[in-house]
Amino acid sequence: MGDMDQIEVSRAGDAAASTLDTMVVHLHHLLADTISGAEISGGQIILRTAPSALVNLLTSLRNDVVASFNQLSDLTAVDYPDRPERFEMVYQLLSMKNNMRLRILMPIDEGQAVPSIVGLFSAANWAEREVWDMFGIFFAGHPDLRRLLTDYGFEGHPLRKDFPLTGHVEVRYDDTLRRVVNEPVNLVQEFRDFDFLSPWEGMQGQIDVNPADKAGKGE
Amino acid sequence: MGVIDPYSAPPIPQGPDQDTILDAVGDELTNRGFVIAKADKLFNWARSGSLWPMTFGLACCSIEMMHSAASRYDMDRYGMLFRPSPRQSDVMIVAGTLTNKMAPALRRVYDQMPEPRWVLSMGSCANGGGYYHYSYAVVRGCDRIVPVDVYVPGCPPTAEALIYGLLQLQKKIRRTATIART
Repeated sequence: MGDMDQIEVSRAGDAAASTLDTMVVHLHHLLADTISGAEISGGQIILRTAPSALVNLLTSLRNDVVASFNQLSDLTAVDYPDRPERFEMVYQLLSMKNNMRLRILMPIDEGQAVPSIVGLFSAANWAEREVWDMFGIFFAGHPDLRRLLTDYGFEGHPLRKDFPLTGHVEVRYDDTLRRVVNEPVNLVQEFRDFDFLSPWEGMQGQIDVNPADKAGKGE
Repeated sequence: MGVIDPYSAPPIPQGPDQDTILDAVGDELTNRGFVIAKADKLFNWARSGSLWPMTFGLACCSIEMMHSAASRYDMDRYGMLFRPSPRQSDVMIVAGTLTNKMAPALRRVYDQMPEPRWVLSMGSCANGGGYYHYSYAVVRGCDRIVPVDVYVPGCPPTAEALIYGLLQLQKKIRRTATIART
């Protein structure tokens, strides 16, 4: 019985892998001129593209009968300060038809505009507002690009790596003005960073690291 | 039967002695139509016996606040009913993380509450920012926005802790002199 289950599972795994491969081949045909790379990582297809091709790429993915990636599950960004192009946009798509997820990565430099995809996926509306709020990435063609989460009149973009944790202002009720006022941050005690190694990093001296892995790190 | 000082004498247990006093009060009421009590004690009795908190849940603390109101701990026993409007409430329970964006709204709601009003700060976040003390978006303690009467520690405080805080608030109300003497 157990053996049978295992065989079933491995068959299912093979089938999943082969459908992924088939999908990648299909996507290569479909999207040849709009993507700069495609790979499979962690059972998920990852496509790389550029802002100029983004809308065409998403339109094809959504409208294609076979691929049918017609649901946008998430849209976000990552800040990599060391990269020449600072940000990376991440789009997560879901194809209910194929039971398959897909990720699109797109490097973006600071000050560069990203085409808005609200016309394609209305779910992108608030997601793009949040990315604008948190990273300061501008979306060209967005119908209502206001801050979503932070305070009215907030300055800066909190999820940028160079944004200080405590921000620039704090609020207080002023009895004479009879309203809540913004003031520069004045902390009674500075933030304490103990910089402990995580238990996993701390274990490295004790774990017998495979010499091949060591060489791979390029020390 | 002699004069009993209600503030120093021990409470009279149920029985014929207590019945005598209650009957005497009842006779007084039927004969003359009034009894005499200290006005501020009466006010404090009324106020502490009908603390109506405003429903103001901000985060996970509000879940514990709901527990304290639900059947197991049942705040109704103390005459505490949650009200949906600040204009009908006496207590504001700041239950949860107060963010910068929420602060003006909290203050406005507090200003809408009629006097006398009290504020109970529930949980680490409301007391002093708690886990989010160093955050760019969180008020470091709701006492920066509204005056607080009772602080309930915990993250989140249990329903029992909140009830205890409310009973402390009742105690605080009972010992205030309602009629100010100048």
